[in-house]
Amino acid sequence: MTALNIEELKEKAIEMRKTVVTMVHKAQSGHPGGSLSAADLMTALYFKEMNIDPNNPDWEDRDRFVLSKGHVCPILYSALALRGYVPYEKVYALREYGSPFQGHPDMKKCPGVDISTGSLGQGLSTAVGMALAGKRDKENYRVFSLLGDGECQEGQIWEAVQSAVKYQLDNLVVFVDFNNLQIDGTCDEIMPLQDIEKKFETFGFETKRIDGHSMEKVVEMLDEIRDVKNGKPKCVVLDTVKGRGVSYMENVVDWHGAAPNDEQLEKAIVDIEGGLK
Amino acid sequence: MNILEKDLSTKKTTREAFGDEVVKLGKEDRNIYVVDADIAKSCKTMKFAKELPEQHVNVGIAEQNAAGLAAGLSTTGKVPFVSTYAVFGSLRMSEQIRQEVCYPKLNVKVACSHGGLTPASDGGSHQAVEDMGIYRSMPNMTVIMGSDYYSTRKLVEQAAEIYGPVYLRFTRGAIPVIYDENEEFEIGKAKKLHEGKDIAIIANGDAVHLAIEATKELEKLGISVKLLDMHTIKPIDREAVVECLELGQIITVEDHNILNGLGSAVSEVAAEEGKGKVKRIGIQDQFGESAPYEKLLELNGITIENIVNTANDLVGVKV
Ligand SMILES: Cc1ncc(C[n+]2csc(CCOP(=O)(O)OP(=O)(O)O)c2C)c(N)n1
Ligand SMILES: [Mg+2]
Repeated sequence: MTALNIEELKEKAIEMRKTVVTMVHKAQSGHPGGSLSAADLMTALYFKEMNIDPNNPDWEDRDRFVLSKGHVCPILYSALALRGYVPYEKVYALREYGSPFQGHPDMKKCPGVDISTGSLGQGLSTAVGMALAGKRDKENYRVFSLLGDGECQEGQIWEAVQSAVKYQLDNLVVFVDFNNLQIDGTCDEIMPLQDIEKKFETFGFETKRIDGHSMEKVVEMLDEIRDVKNGKPKCVVLDTVKGRGVSYMENVVDWHGAAPNDEQLEKAIVDIEGGLK
Repeated sequence: MNILEKDLSTKKTTREAFGDEVVKLGKEDRNIYVVDADIAKSCKTMKFAKELPEQHVNVGIAEQNAAGLAAGLSTTGKVPFVSTYAVFGSLRMSEQIRQEVCYPKLNVKVACSHGGLTPASDGGSHQAVEDMGIYRSMPNMTVIMGSDYYSTRKLVEQAAEIYGPVYLRFTRGAIPVIYDENEEFEIGKAKKLHEGKDIAIIANGDAVHLAIEATKELEKLGISVKLLDMHTIKPIDREAVVECLELGQIITVEDHNILNGLGSAVSEVAAEEGKGKVKRIGIQDQFGESAPYEKLLELNGITIENIVNTANDLVGVKV
């Protein structure tokens, strides 16, 4: 696949978001909020940045992706289905018995899932393991991992961060989807994260903070960090809006893990098609 | 009243029972605390957080910290209930609970929802198949699972009354209300739901109402069933199990791995007594996956039909 340009990526992000809300509606469960906040980044990764081959999901030299905040798998499944890892229609079997699209990503059931996740705070350590192996084996692949902001409250995240710095994993890129919402409320109410970018920087990461819904900014950021081999792992904090693209879901905590009804789905599709062009 | 004739059509969740009871307890005793880890909504502790904010802590998504913090609170005389999903409460917190709660025998209650296969569509990562077994292995820990709304409320109340670590397991879906509001329960003492002489069925939690339905069918077939609700698997009610062993055969039914849960606890007593046969119905030492809850039960044979068939086979074997 040739990488999409910015306008094409924006179109693709619309398709990604539509796929997310449609599959969660069909399943009548799942996590739309954090899927939609991550949609623009995920589109840029899967349709431009990552060196992957849907026909050969286990290709040794591929870039890896670890969805540390595994509950937002609808957005990962959208990317995998739209890239052809699995026939597109299957995406609507989200959370059904026998489906490759489990409630949380399952590497044994779904091609293209590099590791099973779902328990928050654990994915990043596995990404560090993959990146470390890449370094030791002198492979050129990179490892990308997406964290939730709430997820960064888990202590294990910071244990993983320490080891990424110690082993100079400049082949590792960590994204924090900073939508400032978790389940019980805003991150500020539940457990303030303070200056998350500075935290990563203090631990020894090279950091950036950008608007996670500007495709231009996302692509520019990916261009900038692509070839930086300075012995430092990278962290990009993405300022995002949970539920982004669906008016009634935006910044509403209750859409963390709720499914739209028929009427709401219709409205969601209209919003997504209209608002993000 | 005869449980087999009782109307079981009213359904409620046991996690709500916990949420309701802990508010009541918290109002009566200001030392009762709830420590949440960002799933107060699912664990039904939001009401406590709103009504008793001075007795509530939410540490965010940081279960290990929740466990340790609760241990610290308990050293000052508070009675904390740490609350999260069973899978995280038994696994992510397990060493903190072992070292800082069970080892020094502190007064912390681990109160978890979404036990067993009940978070069905979330998939295998979220289904707690081993939680009761983990806590059953820790010295000083008491392990409890109520079988309906009222028994759960009473057992939560009792857990607050006894000193020491307790693991309480609740579930996600609404299940039949079995008991009357005023029914009394005692930790470590099985509840006899039906008297019988051919075979004993011992169940706990969400499996109890399945066992009641199976008992109805077996009685129709002329098989007389003694039915126990073993809400406490540790300490196990040895006397009650021994009484069941007199019948020669026991079936255990649980939504937990057949290893280290109710079935194991009962089998251990049977083996030590040197009599009786135990058939364990439960999760077949395998992880779950995304599916409707009933489908997951079926995949593991945790069904009325399988209880009936198993009982039939056993009684058939009896001369
Ligand atoms: C260890 C662990 N604890 C709790 C949960 C339950 N849980 C699922 S999503 C979530 C909130 C996540 O918030 P955040 O990381 O900010 O993700 P996002 O806002 O992007 O959805 C919680 C607490 C979990 N999956 N894993
Ligand atoms: Mg968030």
